[in-house]
Amino acid sequence: MSDSLNSSNPASTRSDAASGGPIRVMQPIGLTKRLLLWLTSMNLAVTLLVFLAIASVIGTVLKQNESFSSYLDVFGPFWFAVFRNLSLFDVYSATWFVAILLFLVASTSSCVIRNAPNFLRDMQSFRLNAQEKSLRAFAHQADMRSELAPEILIPRIQAALKSAGFSNRVKASAHETLISGRKGSINRIGYVLTHLGIIVILLGGLLDSKMQLKLMDMLGMVKVETANIPVSEVPAASKVPVGGLQAFRGTVNIPEHKWGDVVFIGLKDGYVVQELPFKVFVNKFSIEHYDTGMPKSYMSNVTLTNKATGAEITKTIEVNHPVHYMGYNIFQSSFGDGGTKLKMEAWQLGGKAGVAQPIDSAVFDKKNFDFNDQKYRLEFTDFRQYNINPVIGADGLEHQVNYGPSITFKLRNAAGEAIEYQNYFYPVTFKEHQYFLSGVKRSIGGQQQFLYIPADKNGSIKTFMAFLATLTDPSKMQIIAAELIGDAGHATGADAAANAKLTQAASASIAQLVDVFVRQGFPAMQSKIETALADRKLTPEASKQAEQASISVVRSVLERAFLDTLTQLGDKQDFTDKDAKFFDDAMDAISALPAYGSPILVQPVSFEQIQSTGLEVSRAPGAIWVTIGSIMLVLGIFMGFYIHYRRQWILVKPEGLGARLLVAGSDVRKNIDFDRDFALFCGELLAITESKLNLEPSPTESGTPGTPA
Amino acid sequence: MSVPKEHMIPMLDASMKKPMARLRLIDGIYALILFAGAYYAYANYGSAMGYYGSGTLWGTAAGLAFLGWLWPATRTLVAVVAVFALLTLYQYGLYTPGGLAVGRIKLHEIQEGHFFLTYFLSSPAATMWMVTLFALAMPTYFFGLWRRSEFTLKVGSGLVWSGIAMGFIGFFARWRESYLINFDYGHIPVSNLYEVFVVFSVFTSILYLYFERRYKTRALGGFVMAVVTAALGFLMWYQFAQSANTIEPLVPALKSWWMKIHVPANFIGYGSFAISAMVGVAYLLKEKMGGDGSNDRLPSLAVMDDIMYKSIALGFAFFTIATILGAMWAAEAWGGYWSWDPKETWALIVWLNYAAWLHLRLSKGWRGTAMAWWSVGGLLVTTFAFLGVNMFLSGLHSYGKL
Repeated sequence: MSDSLNSSNPASTRSDAASGGPIRVMQPIGLTKRLLLWLTSMNLAVTLLVFLAIASVIGTVLKQNESFSSYLDVFGPFWFAVFRNLSLFDVYSATWFVAILLFLVASTSSCVIRNAPNFLRDMQSFRLNAQEKSLRAFAHQADMRSELAPEILIPRIQAALKSAGFSNRVKASAHETLISGRKGSINRIGYVLTHLGIIVILLGGLLDSKMQLKLMDMLGMVKVETANIPVSEVPAASKVPVGGLQAFRGTVNIPEHKWGDVVFIGLKDGYVVQELPFKVFVNKFSIEHYDTGMPKSYMSNVTLTNKATGAEITKTIEVNHPVHYMGYNIFQSSFGDGGTKLKMEAWQLGGKAGVAQPIDSAVFDKKNFDFNDQKYRLEFTDFRQYNINPVIGADGLEHQVNYGPSITFKLRNAAGEAIEYQNYFYPVTFKEHQYFLSGVKRSIGGQQQFLYIPADKNGSIKTFMAFLATLTDPSKMQIIAAELIGDAGHATGADAAANAKLTQAASASIAQLVDVFVRQGFPAMQSKIETALADRKLTPEASKQAEQASISVVRSVLERAFLDTLTQLGDKQDFTDKDAKFFDDAMDAISALPAYGSPILVQPVSFEQIQSTGLEVSRAPGAIWVTIGSIMLVLGIFMGFYIHYRRQWILVKPEGLGARLLVAGSDVRKNIDFDRDFALFCGELLAITESKLNLEPSPTESGTPGTPA
Repeated sequence: MSVPKEHMIPMLDASMKKPMARLRLIDGIYALILFAGAYYAYANYGSAMGYYGSGTLWGTAAGLAFLGWLWPATRTLVAVVAVFALLTLYQYGLYTPGGLAVGRIKLHEIQEGHFFLTYFLSSPAATMWMVTLFALAMPTYFFGLWRRSEFTLKVGSGLVWSGIAMGFIGFFARWRESYLINFDYGHIPVSNLYEVFVVFSVFTSILYLYFERRYKTRALGGFVMAVVTAALGFLMWYQFAQSANTIEPLVPALKSWWMKIHVPANFIGYGSFAISAMVGVAYLLKEKMGGDGSNDRLPSLAVMDDIMYKSIALGFAFFTIATILGAMWAAEAWGGYWSWDPKETWALIVWLNYAAWLHLRLSKGWRGTAMAWWSVGGLLVTTFAFLGVNMFLSGLHSYGKL
């Protein structure tokens, strides 16, 4: 990253000439020298900057540090392997990426090493050995003629330089006097600061990176653990003792009233455990909310104990307010459930429907049970106290509605397949009707579908379950069906016996249809009717009518069963619109049950919440260097951009009684401000030296620095 | 005298040349007023400010005093904004007992029930004024450019100045309103995409006016205001289609002092980059139409090239500061100063892009067409970092979700 002084820009080569610098002679150059030249070349620097920019894009497009299995899912085995080999899943700590960064450090350092000494020397030089010929080669120059004697002129020129902010030196020889002015040389310090700043930042950042850990992993000093096991079971090979890592960022989840003294650092497809010199005891984790239900703050009240001295200190860690302790930084980073205690009821859906069994468990616990000789396992994974959902209200606007607490669990069968359920404690109101919600997710990341079970007027699930119990009791259903047919028939005498037989057959087949409906759903019942009708070889219209008739008979039976259930529960006198709605909703729920995928409905009853807090603990010895580097960078940039490094030479040659003045100037940046300022300075010189512009053509025609190179 | 032909560029007024020599009594008086104001605020509310807050207060007074000395026109702007912002506070004070929060509905009633608040001072009204004035500025500038009418161009500048004033008045009103809705909601309005679009428009405009004055040319106003107008078009869609202008409380991660300086510093960067890109467009257009001539409407190519450099340099300096401030904030909020979060990474990409541009220009002396194209392309990269990341990528900076 050489700056313009030594670059190939024609204008600056001229200023090299002005300084009387060495004339370059082409010589065969050695490999080391050529390597160094290449390393300090501007082309390499710009290429590195652009390449780094493009490489950085990868990690923003491809989600980083997900689990390998999810990448495999998305990309398939071939591209997964390609991407893994290129370390694209953790691109910013990939060897090749770090190599680019180190290359940038090397290139920048070589530039600083190569240029800084020249710059520092140049800053102090007044370049008094400039010759007339070289001054005439400058882009900015003027020729003047004054009638005043050189002895009068020189102090005036010095004064003009001084008022324009130039410090100056004079070199007198027999035939001429050269006055050389210089200002803004601190601009060169800006160059050094900027580039040193970058190096310091990158090295500081490298110090805080995972470099050491990756190296330890490569050398086999630490083993990556991939199993999800308690800390106590993690083998020592996967543990890093206190001080084992200079810098790290790790996370740990600690439930309330529990303590932790390690953090987990993600590495490859697993983690390593870093031990801490202190214990973190979580007194309380709390979330404050705004009146909208949005979280306002996350806070952990912790007691920190120095393991060596036993000294205790209690602190509150909050987002944006980390705690610094024993050289470690502790941040609030996430939260979750810490094993909330749960009381639930398991309602049977198949088998003996309507029967509930109490379950006591806790989040992260598992419960095995058998059902119809099938083994199942309930795995409780989460408890959420608030479920805020956007709902379009009656006014057509979106409102945030709290559905109340919920539990999440997986139901795993003997084959290991699991369905995830999210069940809510309390009924949720939709359009003035209340429902118990159970969210069903069949695959990870899949869409959640809901089962809506209508709540009765007491806000309970009991009516629905009693109704379900009636429907799944074949003998009860047969009686109800027979009653219904009996009501319609009114047959007497000899026909009665035949009728009774017929009624029994009909009611048995109706009860069977209801059973199919309850256990397999509406479509199954429909196809059963269709198969039955197909045997009777009816015309399509007649078949359709018969099917409709059958369905409406089943529906009447279901309605009757519902009324019976209500009577049985002893809370029914008359059938209201609300009951009709309940019946319809119950029908919807029952026809959805076969697809529910679970033989039981776990209805949560009460909870005792225990939260856990996710803390991030870090040690960043490089941070101070990054800060120092940043300050250097910013100072350097401002110095480099806004302090103009300029030189003015005035060569005074006696001519008759007066003198001829050759004025030349240079600015490192070659921006158009210097054109203006040079013109202004010449104007002042003309006035102060009582000169006139000498319009004789100068030996060399000046170029213009403002044109494209 | 052999001075390159660029000396024919419009000269800056001598006052720009040596600011030190220009230190006048008015600068002292202005600084004194600013510090008196800061002292008044500190004496009355200092107890609620804390360490960083009071630092920001005094820093603002010093910064504005410096800016007024560097660019005297800002003194008028600050005075106008101060008067009307204080008037707004006073008006709200009249209708809110003890200045306490009154809630969204009551605040709306207060705004509706008062003529000045309804049509001028409340943040929705003032912001709409800003949008209107900025949107009018672009056609005015272009008309003036076409008709070579210096008067029309001056009207364009006047519109931009007024738009900036209204933008700031609306900004301060919105800041106060957030506290009036609910004390817990109170925050500086730079926290979501809607709010930063206002900041972007105002900053880009004010930076443009600086260049307009420095180069004594109003010819580029239409080009720069085109990008501002486009931003405002988005703002209006965002407001009317998504009700994005609603004042919402802050998520916990944003409740930090750093936001007050990180976001504005970023938008000095974004604004400058936008200006350089639009000047690049003007440069390329002029070049396509035959380059410099004797009767040009647009400034010479060399001048436009210089403006591109100056605005990229300014933007780069402030973007560097903003990124560093962001890193320092991240160190406090997320546990590490650099996490390769998409927004961070894209900030780095923007930075690297302009670093490469500056290296080629400063060290290799590249100028002209290629650099103009690059600065136009730079705006695309910047826009992706500003908007695209929020729209297409997920990460820790999820506040500005569309």
